[in-house]
Amino acid sequence: MTMPGNSAPAALHAPIDARDRPPSSVYGPVAWMRANLFNGWLSSGVTILFGYLIIRAAIGFVDWGFLNAIWTVPALPNGNPDPATCRAVRGTGACWAAVGDKWRFITFGRYPYDQQWRPGICIALFLSLYVMSAMRQFWRKELAFIWLGILTLIGVLMWGGVLGLRYVPQDEWGGLPITLILATFGLAFAFPLAVFVALGRRSTQMPAVKLICVLYVELIRGVPLVALLFMASVMLPLFLPSGMNIDKLLRAQIAIILFVGAYVAEVIRGGLQALPKGQAEAADALGLSYWQKTMRITLPQALRLVIPPLVNTFIGFFKDTSLVLIIGIFDLLTSGKTAMSDPTWQGSSTEIYIVMAIVYFGFCFAMSTYSRSVERKLDSAHNR
Amino acid sequence: MAEEAPAIVLDKVNKWYGTMHVLRDVTMNVAQKERVVVCGPSGSGKSTMIRCINRLEVHQEGRIVVDGTELTDDLRALDTIRREVGMVFQSFNLFPHLTILENCTLAPISVRKMPKAEAEELAMDFLRKVKIPEQAKKYPGQLSGGQQQRVAIARALCMKPKIMLFDEPTSALDPEMIKEVLDTMVSLADSGMTMVCVTHEMGFARMVADRVVFMDRGEIVESGTPTRMFEDPQTDRLKLFLSQILRGH
Ligand SMILES: Nc1ncnc2c1ncn2[C@@H]1O[C@H](COP(=O)(O)OP(=O)(O)O)[C@@H](O)[C@H]1O
Ligand SMILES: [Mg+2]
Repeated sequence: MTMPGNSAPAALHAPIDARDRPPSSVYGPVAWMRANLFNGWLSSGVTILFGYLIIRAAIGFVDWGFLNAIWTVPALPNGNPDPATCRAVRGTGACWAAVGDKWRFITFGRYPYDQQWRPGICIALFLSLYVMSAMRQFWRKELAFIWLGILTLIGVLMWGGVLGLRYVPQDEWGGLPITLILATFGLAFAFPLAVFVALGRRSTQMPAVKLICVLYVELIRGVPLVALLFMASVMLPLFLPSGMNIDKLLRAQIAIILFVGAYVAEVIRGGLQALPKGQAEAADALGLSYWQKTMRITLPQALRLVIPPLVNTFIGFFKDTSLVLIIGIFDLLTSGKTAMSDPTWQGSSTEIYIVMAIVYFGFCFAMSTYSRSVERKLDSAHNR
Repeated sequence: MAEEAPAIVLDKVNKWYGTMHVLRDVTMNVAQKERVVVCGPSGSGKSTMIRCINRLEVHQEGRIVVDGTELTDDLRALDTIRREVGMVFQSFNLFPHLTILENCTLAPISVRKMPKAEAEELAMDFLRKVKIPEQAKKYPGQLSGGQQQRVAIARALCMKPKIMLFDEPTSALDPEMIKEVLDTMVSLADSGMTMVCVTHEMGFARMVADRVVFMDRGEIVESGTPTRMFEDPQTDRLKLFLSQILRGH
């Protein structure tokens, strides 16, 4: 007799290895469907009903959006497109020709047609700025200068008036560049503002600062963005000394910054609150100054904790920039709505709405995908 | 003359949390290189007292002088003292988003303005002394409790403190890890560090303490050499406490 264990022949283990994987009745797509979709009569009935509805809707959409759709239309003798074929399929097929005809107006608004390559480059610059900021190898001090440089370049391209570029006043700008300007500057300024407000609101040493921060957050949060935008566009000029005329876009931008700042500040404060007290105490005990402690210990950890609600706020606010529509700023949504009112393409608003929804969705989905990847990376770096 | 000045002076220190009186006329001197173990029942004010020494808590009455500097509202005095006094917490409090090495070099670089290379060399020295140099590139979450607490000790030592405070450094640890941390503390004691240590590890107290201080309900009830305190307790409160501890172990 030998002791079982170390010297056991390999064959003994074989059946055990084979059982390592659960049988397909408890694991795999079929099991998943049985557990989640067809778990009893009621569940199966609901699944079949909704399955039917979803499939019907999908077929309807494919019919309308692809099979019966009109992609191009012939031109009239005067050079304008002839919408007759589109009118003929109204209700049964999409008229993508409307988007094809109007996309430059939707994207750039009333920016002078022959100069639209300038806002075009600006969109590309914005996108490359986002991509660079998202990549870790660019997370260093120089990034601040890159931001400054690119934003200046965008200003030069949009306004012109130098380097032989024609001057384009701000009220001729429009479309996607306006949305990106509002969102990018909004975040770039609201975020640092929010950090200071969050820190100020937690301050124990400076009650006056704390009071100001509390007032700011509570006042701004108590008012809808629409009201803030109205105030910025209608009331603010009344209070300013005559002759001092801040541009309308800038006023809306400031209103957005103040609005987002208050929300982001509360998110960041939540993160600071959630940190164990021991972190700040350990930093104190090591002799770190307030700013060293904040910048190296508490703030980085708090921000990491609040990535999901922070991104949630950012996404909400990106879409909220479209509210500037009501004070007549020509952002993406406004230019889309203006395009819809073109008599040639009457009745094609659904198509234009769909295209704009895709653009908004693209930005928001990119943000949330990126935030999830950052979270995963941070998790795997610091835990276990 | 300077040699004779005590490292820590607590003179009739009083502290309240709201209306609760947590430190009552606490008076204690700790000499240079002296090793004091503080013990007492839970809630007796041990943590509060030790945290007053580096001003994580603010006392309301009495005087605290650390290494010749009195603790006041003066921020410069506070900076001086925080540099001279290292602290180790029950829950380690390592910075989870920094590597072990960064945990150790952060304060020397940003507070003492030490060049990075020098700080890293110093940190590796101390990590070798606490016997975990090979973990330098890991994050705290990847280490065991005992290893984390040894890193916390190394981190405090990297600031080259003159005084080390320990607040129950082994009570959050699994039994098999207590020894590795106590061994580190014993060798630190052997190197001549001034130490104030809140702990219920009586074996450790016997081995390294010059003096044991017993606190109860915010007061120092009794103090003396470990042998005298453990073998010949004078007060009923200490007798009761010792009997409870011995039963507990
Ligand atoms: N931040 C605080 N606020 C109010 N009471 C506290 C606070 N910290 C400690 N206490 C109270 O002070 C007393 C002493 O606490 P502590 O110094 O932590 O005791 P020990 O470390 O000896 O267990 C306890 O009764 C505790 O409940
Ligand atoms: Mg305690």
